[in-house]
Amino acid sequence: MSSSTTNTTTISTAGPPSRRNTELAMLVFAVIIPVFAYANAGLALSDEMPSGMLSYGLGLGLLAAVGHLVVRKFAPYADPLLLPIATLLNGLGLVLIWRLDQSRRLAQRAKDAGMAFSPSAPNQLIYSALGVALFVGVLILLKDHRILQRYTYISMVVALILLILPMFFPARFGARIWITLGSFSIQPGEFAKIIIAVFFSGYLMVKRDALALASRRFMGLYLPRGRDLGPILVVWGMSILILVFETDLGTSLLFFGLFVVMLYVATERTSWIVFGLLMSAAGAVGVATFEPHVQSRVDAWLQPFEVAKNGGSDQIAQALMAFGSGGVFGTGLGQGNSDLIGFAANSDFILATVGEELGLAGTMGLLLLYGLIVERGVRTALAARDPFGKLLAIGLSAAFAIQVFVVAGGVMGLIPLTGMTMPFIAQGGSSVIANWALVAILIKVSDTARRPAPAPAPTTDAEMTQVVRP
Amino acid sequence: MNKPLRRIAIFCGLLVLALLVRDNWIQYVQADELKNHEGNHRVLIARYSQPRGNIIVDGQPITGSAETGGIDFKYKRTYKDGPMWAPVTGYASQAYDANQIEKIEDEILTGNDDRLFFNRTIDMITGKKQKGGDVITTLNRKAQEAAFEGLGDKKGAVAALDPRTGKILALASTPSYDPSKIAGATSKDKEAWLGLQPKKSKDDPMLNRALRQTYPPGSTFKVVTAAAALENGKYTDIDGPTDSPDPWKLPLSTQPLPNEGNIPCKNASLRQALRYSCNTVFGKLGDDLRQDKVREEAEKFGFNETIDTPVRAYASVYPEDMDRPGNAMSAIGQFDNRATPLQMAMVAAAVANDGKLMKPYMVDSLRAPNLNTIEQTDPEQMSQPLSSENAQKLQSMMETVVKEGTGTSAQIPDVTVGGKTGTAQHGVANSKNPYAWFISYAKGDDGSPVAVAVVIEGSNTLRGDIAGGKLAAPIAKNVMKAVLETERDK
Repeated sequence: MSSSTTNTTTISTAGPPSRRNTELAMLVFAVIIPVFAYANAGLALSDEMPSGMLSYGLGLGLLAAVGHLVVRKFAPYADPLLLPIATLLNGLGLVLIWRLDQSRRLAQRAKDAGMAFSPSAPNQLIYSALGVALFVGVLILLKDHRILQRYTYISMVVALILLILPMFFPARFGARIWITLGSFSIQPGEFAKIIIAVFFSGYLMVKRDALALASRRFMGLYLPRGRDLGPILVVWGMSILILVFETDLGTSLLFFGLFVVMLYVATERTSWIVFGLLMSAAGAVGVATFEPHVQSRVDAWLQPFEVAKNGGSDQIAQALMAFGSGGVFGTGLGQGNSDLIGFAANSDFILATVGEELGLAGTMGLLLLYGLIVERGVRTALAARDPFGKLLAIGLSAAFAIQVFVVAGGVMGLIPLTGMTMPFIAQGGSSVIANWALVAILIKVSDTARRPAPAPAPTTDAEMTQVVRP
Repeated sequence: MNKPLRRIAIFCGLLVLALLVRDNWIQYVQADELKNHEGNHRVLIARYSQPRGNIIVDGQPITGSAETGGIDFKYKRTYKDGPMWAPVTGYASQAYDANQIEKIEDEILTGNDDRLFFNRTIDMITGKKQKGGDVITTLNRKAQEAAFEGLGDKKGAVAALDPRTGKILALASTPSYDPSKIAGATSKDKEAWLGLQPKKSKDDPMLNRALRQTYPPGSTFKVVTAAAALENGKYTDIDGPTDSPDPWKLPLSTQPLPNEGNIPCKNASLRQALRYSCNTVFGKLGDDLRQDKVREEAEKFGFNETIDTPVRAYASVYPEDMDRPGNAMSAIGQFDNRATPLQMAMVAAAVANDGKLMKPYMVDSLRAPNLNTIEQTDPEQMSQPLSSENAQKLQSMMETVVKEGTGTSAQIPDVTVGGKTGTAQHGVANSKNPYAWFISYAKGDDGSPVAVAVVIEGSNTLRGDIAGGKLAAPIAKNVMKAVLETERDK
């Protein structure tokens, strides 16, 4: 092979090494670390090894093994870090939820409220298994991510239905984001974020040139034509509507941010970002002025301790105190009092448990793990060879990044709390399943991106036109 | 499309960076503030996660800890003879924080004190639970019992000191409360707490009357006025006649200052004036000295200053800008000057200790869980209100009061006792029951081991019978007897 075929471009016949064994080695750590964490929490809570130790270790190991084998077979060139990080996060999440299940305080709280206290960890383990099943399903059934392009408009319809449906179901904890069927409930927003990324990718791939070029210059900004601007206004309006009717600030922020990011990437026009910021600011201010639920959250963000003192929600104040009490090294798993936060301790606020029990060191480690997933996603987007794949990968990564930022920022009092879940860690079936699907799609895109190009057919013409260097 | 992709990558990086910075801010920069925030329940959880150290009197703990089996708090504070010791211990409550010694020495009692760092480290290495240290008090159980029982169902307070060192021997306040009843965080504790609040209970049982209630000192203040007269050389011979007309009109007024009953006060000697408690003599003395001199003397005894024992005693007051009649009235303890029982015990103690006033204290030492002493309070002289010579003159006067004056009910056989009674008028135009005071000291061969002040705010006794000599002196006598007995047994 001549030097012109070294890996300076994304397209080459040699391709990068598949790194499947790296993935396997990382997966071993991703299973061992949560198992040790589980033992640690059990010893701290009751001075004995937790009884489910073996089955938990085996279960997590089995999920990882299945994931790995399927990736090896169906996405051999996939990014080697995505699966191990997802496994590690999911495993740690299970430990944290199990640890909160042991809380006598939460049990007492449930009893006082007249409800039966049921542990969440077993359910979460089942959901994790379902998530990995979906992961496997996506890898096996989705032969090529470009197939998704065909479903652009179907995706739009499905996403709209998923977003609108919760309006017809009763609100829980002040937000209308659940579809409840008997004892079973799902949060469609989690799935909608993937489907909407598919729609945006398909739509923008087709319309990007029109949006980028057919526009008038006005005061240094490129104003698009009305018919191209239409969908943006529709999405903006939709996210505001979600906010108003479902009182779900997080989801609307997520969708709007996702759309601005993807528009910007597709058109390479900075003006979209300016528009996006202006519109979201206008929307946010407008809604915050009229919507009491949003107002109370802004208040709780600005003055968490005042609000708690005056009988309002003390969750933010409690979370901040949990973080502060953890300090640099934390109290150790099972030795904190993050359950003081109350009913959302194992869902929205699970990061506070990380903060208190694993400390600054552990929380930063966790945030960096999330950062790493996003980084691998963006890298996949950079490496992808087709615009649809690029858009899909950046869309999913950005959605993931925004979600982590919105939740962690809310819990840590950086921005107003919006009530989303920490991907993989927080208790909640929809979230775990949807995020495994998200990782599966990223893995599929990265497999295509890193797969060596099929060698060009050795024609005599080709031979003759080849540049030969000394 | 790679250029915008890289920018989005930077944007995502900034999001993560913002989270990391925020995390460092709350978990490193603000960590201590959040950790010790008043709303942080963990402080209480930690405080009650192990048995607290004890407060000790005469080698025996007057506090304890009981396992509760609760979720948040593993242990609860218990008190032995709670109502009797409440003015000393204060309370430590899971729901309502703590006060007095329980609060001031909290770090030692919980074992969090920096001086226990070595202990904690050893315990951590050997896997033992953290233990609290003990607070050893200066109190005398028998004296406290005598004081508390003497007060009985009357409203009042007793403070007793060892004049030689300033050690507080008894500190009783009635009506009292049982800190055990508010130690927990249950609804029962809440009910008890609400019942103790001044709104609900007008007797205010949680008020530490010995340290934190000031009363008009009544005639007991005449001891201070007498000291001022001696110190300023107004009179040097306590048996010589004074220049005191009777009746004597208050300066700048036509109103005569009456004496209580028909007593020989005209030109009476200081000794006789104190013996009979002559208002005219001491009122005129105060006016002759002028208020700066009287106030200076009062301040030497500790007036106008808070005293940390370490529980803070409120400042007793001798005000600055009274008019002349006001000053004359204050000189007999009847106007704007006010004193805590501790303050008046200090007056008696300074006289008994030949003029040297020792700083009162009630924490003798702090002890680590391994029984090492980590802090020892040394007696400290606070001031010298009067010379030794004048102190002995005043002692002689006060002993006359007990021998053949208004304080005969404080006599103890074979013991020299000095004292002064007081009956302070109270209420608008003297409409309420007066306060009965008695201050005294007992003396043995090697100085005086005890000085005591008793005040009784009111009782079921008929109004005419309220007088320091009748109500308060017997209590003081029993307290002194209790101390003398323990001194003898030593």
